[in-house]
Amino acid sequence: MILLTVLSLPFMTRKPIDLPPIVSVELIQISDQTNIPFAPKARKIIEEVKKEEERIVSEQAPPSAKAKEKPDRIPLPNDKEEKKQIVKKKQNPEEIKPQIRQSSEFEKKEIVDTNQIAALIDKAKEIEAVKEKNDKKLTQSNVKDSFATGLSLSEEDALRAQIFGCWSVPLGLPYDENLLVRIKLQLKKDGTVLKSEIIEHEKMNRPGQKFYKILAESALRAVRLCQPLKVPPTGYEKWKNIQLNFDPTEMLRG
Amino acid sequence: MKKYFIITILFLFKFETSYSLIEIDITRGNLDPLPIAVSPLHVDPKSEKNNETEIKELGSNISEIIEKNFRGTGLFNPIKKDAFVQRPDIAHLKPRFEDWRLIKAQALVTGKLLLVNGKLKVEFRLWDLTASKEMIALAFTTTPSNWRRVAHIISDKIYERLTGENGYFDTRIIYVAETGPKNQRVKRLAIMDQDGAKTKYLTLGNELVLTPRFNPANQLVTYLSYFRNLPRVYLLDIETGVQEVVGNFPGMTFAPRFSPDGKKIIMSFAKDGNSDIFTMDLETRVVEKITGHSSIDTSPSFSPDGKFICFNSDRSGLQQIYVMKSDGTGVKRITFGKGLYGTPVWSPRGDLIAFTKVHKGRFFIGVMRPDGTGERLLTENFYQEAPSWSPNGRVLVFYRETKSGPKGEGFSAKLWSIDITGYNERKISTETDASDPSWSSLLSK
Repeated sequence: MILLTVLSLPFMTRKPIDLPPIVSVELIQISDQTNIPFAPKARKIIEEVKKEEERIVSEQAPPSAKAKEKPDRIPLPNDKEEKKQIVKKKQNPEEIKPQIRQSSEFEKKEIVDTNQIAALIDKAKEIEAVKEKNDKKLTQSNVKDSFATGLSLSEEDALRAQIFGCWSVPLGLPYDENLLVRIKLQLKKDGTVLKSEIIEHEKMNRPGQKFYKILAESALRAVRLCQPLKVPPTGYEKWKNIQLNFDPTEMLRG
Repeated sequence: MKKYFIITILFLFKFETSYSLIEIDITRGNLDPLPIAVSPLHVDPKSEKNNETEIKELGSNISEIIEKNFRGTGLFNPIKKDAFVQRPDIAHLKPRFEDWRLIKAQALVTGKLLLVNGKLKVEFRLWDLTASKEMIALAFTTTPSNWRRVAHIISDKIYERLTGENGYFDTRIIYVAETGPKNQRVKRLAIMDQDGAKTKYLTLGNELVLTPRFNPANQLVTYLSYFRNLPRVYLLDIETGVQEVVGNFPGMTFAPRFSPDGKKIIMSFAKDGNSDIFTMDLETRVVEKITGHSSIDTSPSFSPDGKFICFNSDRSGLQQIYVMKSDGTGVKRITFGKGLYGTPVWSPRGDLIAFTKVHKGRFFIGVMRPDGTGERLLTENFYQEAPSWSPNGRVLVFYRETKSGPKGEGFSAKLWSIDITGYNERKISTETDASDPSWSSLLSK
């Protein structure tokens, strides 16, 4: 008995287990899918994956036989036309009359190339911007906001993407000024705007700040054009008042 | 107990309604052209000759020029008049906003004409169709022959109101008009409105003229002309037609250009066999040497604040662009790309330098920041050079030559414009072949 007691003593005096500190976890409401349209590159990849999936299915149950196109077959005139049309769409967002464009084929080709590069750069920037935005959203403060307000990230993205499309950014804005315009909106249940208010309204007529008025007007125009805003079907009390912070600085600086 | 219950209910109610405000950052927008409707200007019934076709046509002509100006910017998309939903006279009083919105217009221009005692009064209003309100309303009185300028001034006012940037429609372009076969070109100074209208020839063509440049502060022009095979720098007042010789300079003289305040001209010429940059005070006629390097320094251009000068030099072996302080100190090379760089011109906005680049036998017009970063090539061709900025720093005009056959056949030189996005390239119609353009400041400041 004494021996047993002596042997068990070291176990009695062992140190308490070191527990890791408690980490608080906050819940975020995230929908299964985002409403932001896929970036062009991502879309391509997704389509490719889909195609591959389809292909696998078709291997199990092949569709009706279809003559395979030879890779070196001569394209039909219709095919050619189709191809040209696509290029035109990509390159010229604005229809420019042919007589005011350059005349020689070679020059045309060059212009197409330049635009293509510019378009690619723009797309790359878009992807970057979306990425950056998404990264930013994962910061704690934003997560808190989203949780507290009841708008999910996806719903917020949908609203943001909608307004992106309606906002024609004035091009004469100075690069070295504060270009933030904050607009407070009161919304109806269907997403139409009941009341809009520019928070720093006094800046509208301040001398030397002419750009602010132009910018604020463009932001208001965007909100009105976008009506009804894409708001969630429920939780009206949570989103009936929202604030939009318009800031084109990043976009203008490129 | 009842008291506690009420407090709890109130607390719950408060908790339920106190959501923090949702804030959404909008950092991107679109650059699509703004749909705008330009209604023809109607004739006031009180006007003299109000039933005559001439004055009725004037209203349509003014609106057509405004439309053409807007379309040329690439920033606006004028809507076809067939789609218009309201008579011009009624729309000018108070448009039915909802009807105009149906045709997808976001802005509407209306106006009227009034001819009294031989003076033409032109009135216009710009309406914001989404906000259902008037944005600007102005009236101008002038002689009827000035109707084109009135159209350009109205275009400027609307452009400024919608973009926040000064317009560039009420401006002119001076250039060298070229006629005759390639080896016997007759070169005359010519001036026209920025849209190619109202061309006027200023010299006869018996002397070779080169590189006309507008004074950014007024309507004075400086240019280079060869008199008995000697280069002379001239000053010409476009308004009065008075011309004077600023000076004879030795050797090869290049591209005189005004300082931003218009009080000096800056140029390069070869003194003691080496080309350097000099300024000349137009009042005192004192010539000051700015660079003193053994290399060839040419094509100087002041920054809009007058504190810096950009120029090109072959001091590193190849022709590149450099920036220095206006006293000639602090020289810094800003181009390091492949190829040769030349004709640097500082934007009136100060944010960009336009240049010509030659690489692998092709000519590019491009822009970059004054520190040399952000180089963007806007257009490429067989031969093109001499960019000149619009007064708001948004558009460049330059000239482009076509490749000619062995006997000079098929050769032409034309003026083109491109905006700094590189998307909106347009040919400017001129009566003859044209080169070396220079864009004036706004005529009505």
